[in-house]
Amino acid sequence: MADLEIRDLTVQVEEKVILKGANLTLNKGEVHALMGPNGSGKSTLANVLMGNPTYQVVKGEVLYKGQDLLAMSPDERARRGLFIAFQYPVSIPGVTMSSFLRTAVSARRGFDKELMPVGEFQKLLKQKLDELRIEPAIVSRYVNEGFSGGEKKRLEILQMAMLEPEIAIMDETDSGLDIDSVKVVADGVNRMLAQAKGNLGILLITHYSRILHFIKPSYVHVMFDGRFVVSGGPDLAEELEQSGYEGIKAQFEVIAAEVQAEGAVRRAGKVFWVAH
Amino acid sequence: MAVTNQLGIDPDKYKWGFHDPEKYVYKSRKGLDREIVEMISSMKDEPEWMRAYRLHSLEHFQQRPLPTWGANLAQIDFNDIYYYLKPTEKKQRSWDEVPENIKNTFEKLGIPEAERKFLAGAGAQYESESVYHNLKEEWEKLGVIFLDTDSALREHPDIVREYFGTVVPPEDNKLASLNSAVWSGGSFVYVPEGVHVDIPLQAYFRINAQNMGQFERTLIICEPGSYVHYVEGCTAPIYTTDSLHSAVVEIIVKEGARCRYTTIQNWSTNTYNLVTKRAVAYRDATMEWVDGNLGSKLTMKYPSVFMVEPGAKAEILSVAFAGRGQHQDPGGKVIHAAPHTQSVVVSKSIAKDGGRAGYRGLVKIYPGAKGSKSAVRCDALILDDRSRSDTYPTMEIDEQDVSITHEATVSKVSDEQLFYLMSRGIKGDEAMNMIVRGFVEPIVKELPLEYAVELNRLIALEMEGSVG
Repeated sequence: MADLEIRDLTVQVEEKVILKGANLTLNKGEVHALMGPNGSGKSTLANVLMGNPTYQVVKGEVLYKGQDLLAMSPDERARRGLFIAFQYPVSIPGVTMSSFLRTAVSARRGFDKELMPVGEFQKLLKQKLDELRIEPAIVSRYVNEGFSGGEKKRLEILQMAMLEPEIAIMDETDSGLDIDSVKVVADGVNRMLAQAKGNLGILLITHYSRILHFIKPSYVHVMFDGRFVVSGGPDLAEELEQSGYEGIKAQFEVIAAEVQAEGAVRRAGKVFWVAH
Repeated sequence: MAVTNQLGIDPDKYKWGFHDPEKYVYKSRKGLDREIVEMISSMKDEPEWMRAYRLHSLEHFQQRPLPTWGANLAQIDFNDIYYYLKPTEKKQRSWDEVPENIKNTFEKLGIPEAERKFLAGAGAQYESESVYHNLKEEWEKLGVIFLDTDSALREHPDIVREYFGTVVPPEDNKLASLNSAVWSGGSFVYVPEGVHVDIPLQAYFRINAQNMGQFERTLIICEPGSYVHYVEGCTAPIYTTDSLHSAVVEIIVKEGARCRYTTIQNWSTNTYNLVTKRAVAYRDATMEWVDGNLGSKLTMKYPSVFMVEPGAKAEILSVAFAGRGQHQDPGGKVIHAAPHTQSVVVSKSIAKDGGRAGYRGLVKIYPGAKGSKSAVRCDALILDDRSRSDTYPTMEIDEQDVSITHEATVSKVSDEQLFYLMSRGIKGDEAMNMIVRGFVEPIVKELPLEYAVELNRLIALEMEGSVG
């Protein structure tokens, strides 16, 4: 049984179909990079997996550890170990980051009526702030209010570190970050992967291959127009870097024909394949 | 009900001559006329000027039409009200008669047993009385006077007479004239020059009968350079069968003094809460109103500050929560009548379950009030499609050299915010609570801690069942 299994997922927003039958299997311990041009449906996939009510599932299913993920509310998904680092985190005026974090961590750790003891929480928070090199003063501020783009992204990673998810979706966490910030984020994610000892799987959505120099994916997938079209190993990201999305797109039919005939495709001596 | 006093005299037969104010028995009847007002004054053994003041106020009340510029007040039957009940008559309710929902709310708020009965009108045990007496001694050493207004009128008639009705005259509005005619209880605070009262008055002994009357009258005088923080009310629901609460609060803040007046009230939802609150701030004085309104059927309350000398400052912070069948019409008025005066008004209102909440305010700047500044911000949060928010800001600016800002927002709890919190494992109702708590946070953080905690808990109670 896979930890996360997406089958023929078709999703629309208002009247427009965005995802057109997506398939993906992801397990804990794996890092899947999901790449694709703007508007290909990457963020839609991320939001649907977390249960954003704006998106309607038309067809298909998602199994999380064998259970129907789509039947669960977003909070239940989160408590069961799913996480999303948002591309555009919203602000919650008047709610401090620390009280929000304490409430969230308490929920994730199964405290029902009471919150997690404050001392224990503070200790955990301090450790994670240190690891991610985040200025502690920021947690006294209101959630995402007046944060810079970089601060928002780092705080998403802080939340991920605090909540210790089993499957984390990172929606373009690298976009808008300078190279130093990308490194800090990548270090943090690598540390989480190491600490989780195989109990953390990541769907790393990115527009650029830059972050993949720092976080090594087990698999790379490319999405066009609401479908996964090409999947491969880390080399696929390099291929993309050279030929660009247009290059892949141009070759798409050739690749599809080759897969049809031979089951795999070879380019410049390296193998990747079409899985969909 | 005839009650026999210690002397064995039936007071009904002897009511005009008996002068111990604590033992007075008064034959209650509904309605308002000259006889009732005379009786109130006589029962209290008041000086002649107060009796005349009350009668003058009554005349004005009778002549003046109901205000029609705001909420609908036509349903109030002024003849169906007891305007004065002697203290023993007020304590007739047994705990069993208190509605279950009120009891549950006490339970959920964690109100101590003794206070619960008191708040429900079913008992009057002052747990905190000894604390009060110790504090009272300390204040007395400083020359601070803190009494119920009836006692103040007996013990300090000259000070009361000098200031009473000078800030809110009986002719001010119909409800103020009603209060002026029939007032009873309320607080009197006098802070001598240069004295800073460190502890918020009343916070430590909030269960004080005389302060929670129906027509209470509060008068606070801050002499130059003094400071006091007065806190009234509490977040527990005030269970009363009274349909009308109409208080008057007058505050005089002299040169360089600062007064903060905090109110948290949670009237039962059958009550009309129509209150006139006004302060005068002199040179470099600061007046701050912090006003939380929950409960009641209708609340109309616009704390005001008249800044009459240069450098005076006003701050008015209010939060209102209107649920099913409730109309909250709070606001504030700042009157800049001197140069270099400053005001800040922040209003937060929440409407839910078809409730109606909003802001009604006035910024008035007189000619010559040069260099004055005013900033008004009113935010409304609407929790569902059945609820409503209204904003009525009025500005009368008769001076060019001023700085005025006004910001108003009306928002709904966004699905994006709810989704964000829920995506972190927080349940929908708690997520909604957090957003609402965050919305009122700028006001709540100004409250004394125990009030802030209770207010947050109370909002959580009001919010129950808001999500799915």
